[in-house]
Amino acid sequence: MVKEFERAGIAAAHICSIVPISKTVGANRIIPSIAIPHPLGDPAKSPAEEKALRRRLVERALEALETDISEQRVF
Amino acid sequence: MATGRIRVVHYLNQFFAGVGGEEAAGMKPEWRPGAQGPGRLIESSSDALEIVGTLVAGDNYMAERLSDGVAQALALIGEHAAEGSPLAPDLLIAGPAFNAGRYGLACAALCQAFERSLDKPAVTALYPEAPAVAGYRREVMIVRAADSVLGMNDAIAALVSVGLKRVRGAPVSAATDPIISRGIRQNYFAEAPGAERALEMLLDKLAGEAYETEYAMPEFDRVAPAPPVRNLAEATVAVVTSGGIVPRGNPDHIEAASASRYGEYSIEGLDRLTPESHQSVHGGYDPTYANADPNRVMPLDVLRELEREGRIGRLHDRYFATVGNATPVERAVRFGEEIAAMLVNVGVHAVICTST
Amino acid sequence: MTLAIRRKRVGSLGPGAATALAGDRLTIDIDALQAFVAGRDERIEAVHVHIAAPGESVRILCAKDVIEPRVKLAGDSPGEGTTLILDGVAVVTTGPIVGFQEGVIDMTGPGADYSPFSSLGLVVIEIEVRAGTPPHEHEAAVRAAGLDAAGHIAAQCADVVPDRTDDLAWNETDVDAALPRVAYVDMLLSQGLLHDTYVLGRSAIEGLPRSLDPRVAIDGGIVSGNCVSACDKTTTWHHQNNPVITRLLDGHGKRWNFVGLVLTNVPTRLAEKQRSAERAVALVRELAPAGALVSKEGFGNPDADLMMLLRGLESAGIRTVAITDEYAGPDGDSQSLADTAPEADALISVGNANAKLRLPPMDRVIGPLPDVARLAGGYPHSLGDDGSLEVELQAIVGATNQLGFSSLSCREI
Repeated sequence: MVKEFERAGIAAAHICSIVPISKTVGANRIIPSIAIPHPLGDPAKSPAEEKALRRRLVERALEALETDISEQRVF
Repeated sequence: MATGRIRVVHYLNQFFAGVGGEEAAGMKPEWRPGAQGPGRLIESSSDALEIVGTLVAGDNYMAERLSDGVAQALALIGEHAAEGSPLAPDLLIAGPAFNAGRYGLACAALCQAFERSLDKPAVTALYPEAPAVAGYRREVMIVRAADSVLGMNDAIAALVSVGLKRVRGAPVSAATDPIISRGIRQNYFAEAPGAERALEMLLDKLAGEAYETEYAMPEFDRVAPAPPVRNLAEATVAVVTSGGIVPRGNPDHIEAASASRYGEYSIEGLDRLTPESHQSVHGGYDPTYANADPNRVMPLDVLRELEREGRIGRLHDRYFATVGNATPVERAVRFGEEIAAMLVNVGVHAVICTST
Repeated sequence: MTLAIRRKRVGSLGPGAATALAGDRLTIDIDALQAFVAGRDERIEAVHVHIAAPGESVRILCAKDVIEPRVKLAGDSPGEGTTLILDGVAVVTTGPIVGFQEGVIDMTGPGADYSPFSSLGLVVIEIEVRAGTPPHEHEAAVRAAGLDAAGHIAAQCADVVPDRTDDLAWNETDVDAALPRVAYVDMLLSQGLLHDTYVLGRSAIEGLPRSLDPRVAIDGGIVSGNCVSACDKTTTWHHQNNPVITRLLDGHGKRWNFVGLVLTNVPTRLAEKQRSAERAVALVRELAPAGALVSKEGFGNPDADLMMLLRGLESAGIRTVAITDEYAGPDGDSQSLADTAPEADALISVGNANAKLRLPPMDRVIGPLPDVARLAGGYPHSLGDDGSLEVELQAIVGATNQLGFSSLSCREI
């Protein structure tokens, strides 16, 4: 899906747990996340720490959206 | 007219029909009764079929207006060999066209249109690297031909054997027939269990002997990166997830695996997702954590924060969700195309996509 | 360590006044078995036992695990002593669905061609747990009940005269040095609730990768807690009858030197996946094989783990063959694997799990019918008015088992 957004000219950041799969399917802006059942969270952390972690990941995705790239990149 | 024989309509270009070379390449499709040129070889190679008529058209005419030319050719079949008439064809044979660009394209396009409109089999013969192969091999049955007319006899034999099989409803596969693979994966029962085949393959691989992998690595389609967003503070950002986060109750009945659909859901006025408002319907991971806090998959809470702080201009007030679990890539591509079209329409500048 | 396997072939199965073998007919005292299972675990509210025979018009829904009835006649631990196996029968657990992904077994019709369990006599244990039992407890209760029931049935037949007894020897030292050294890497799904496997009683999330005597693995050392897509989960029965291990032991010293088994897991974090793959490769290298066979469990993210293993092994000079299923879409025209690598140049395909199949109505249905639409591979509309089912192969237990138990394969046409 991410690839189709980029094909349509909309910058798309893919936050995903398993980077090799994202690379295989052809995402361009890839942000590695925490784990499959909780990509943007970590139940082992306190709610405040967890939210801070999530925010960092989303911020990294925003940076990826602002970055000029010529090929696949893992941020 | 002999009865009981399989009736074939044959397609040839101006050259093989003996009309002429490049000077005749502009000719419109015409109907000639019976076999012409290579069609006589087809007829003489098997008693099981007869050629009821030959469609002939010029290479340039067809290449320059392919869909018109194909429609005219089909109309000629309707005129001279209509359904229910004594000449109504059971099979279309086009070519062989070998490595020819324009001729091959016309053959493949006519086969495709013939099958679609008459629901009868068609077959053509092309060199595997001929230009028409890549675009048509999925839908059109193409037998292997050499790259020049020197391979005429083999190509005719292949056309006839595969054509007859198809008319008779016999299975045709790249494993057993001289066809160009359609790139379609089909199940079958092998002679030995997978574990045994694996051990035999390993022994062959270790001994340096030839072996054939049962699934060759595919080549991938790549897309050039979209330009970056220049000013996120003024941009509209949308969220899409394949992590199966949907409003509680799963209103669109998105499947836990092999999802056939995606949902579009409002997040207008919502500050964060809660276990009461949303749930995971993804069957491919332990949903305990996502159900306890759906923001762990679809990070609405921090996106709202970033929106309030002005880091992003606006969060699009609808998000899209599906389940990426055994969902065929082709289907994901369709979801992506449809969602992208909607996002372009409403002026979304960037997308954050989350996967589990 | 020595392991003696006694096999007794069961020819037919039916209810009876006692759970016992007479000749090759196994009878099940249904009331007693229900009471036995219900009495073992206070989380269990109700147990219903059903019998299903090959060829009978029966459909089992929401099958969770399949277990071969076995009992230890001597010795306590997997891999040693004497084990009695009742061949030709199996215990199947079912009941209201725990998660999304439990499967179908048809005893006749087109679906029966795809499941190894359709040709076995099945004792189906339908389990309801007490209201409010948390999902993890629910899964644990059902898992234990299946193992207990299978053990109980075999224990009632402990004094039977076996059809054959085999001493499973596995001795690396006496082997002809000219034979190729072959290792086996068994990937076990280990991703939490309904996606887990247990090795010697411990979740495969921890403690793996490790080496394990292959005889331990097939003698009850590995138990499935996995209800991921029915087609390619490795059931406990598949672990007990692991076709790679049994063949490697059979040909050991004759066609190859089976140098050992490495179990590895399939974690949910990328860094853990990389770590597991690296450690598994290191363990394989210690065995100094020329070649290795790798079997997978599950699909999607495990494809990434498989590719890491193949890259690691091949770059260490160990030639590999891997067994995988495909998700090529219902029309077979989609990409089959979620991840790929050039090193994966020798793959065995055990079938396209997305292929569709229409299962005609059956006279008798065991298991919770309304849950069918939630099975992986089932669609909301999959239950026809006449009781027929339209499913993907995914929904059929064992259809694309990636230990390579069955003959299904896939090719390009």
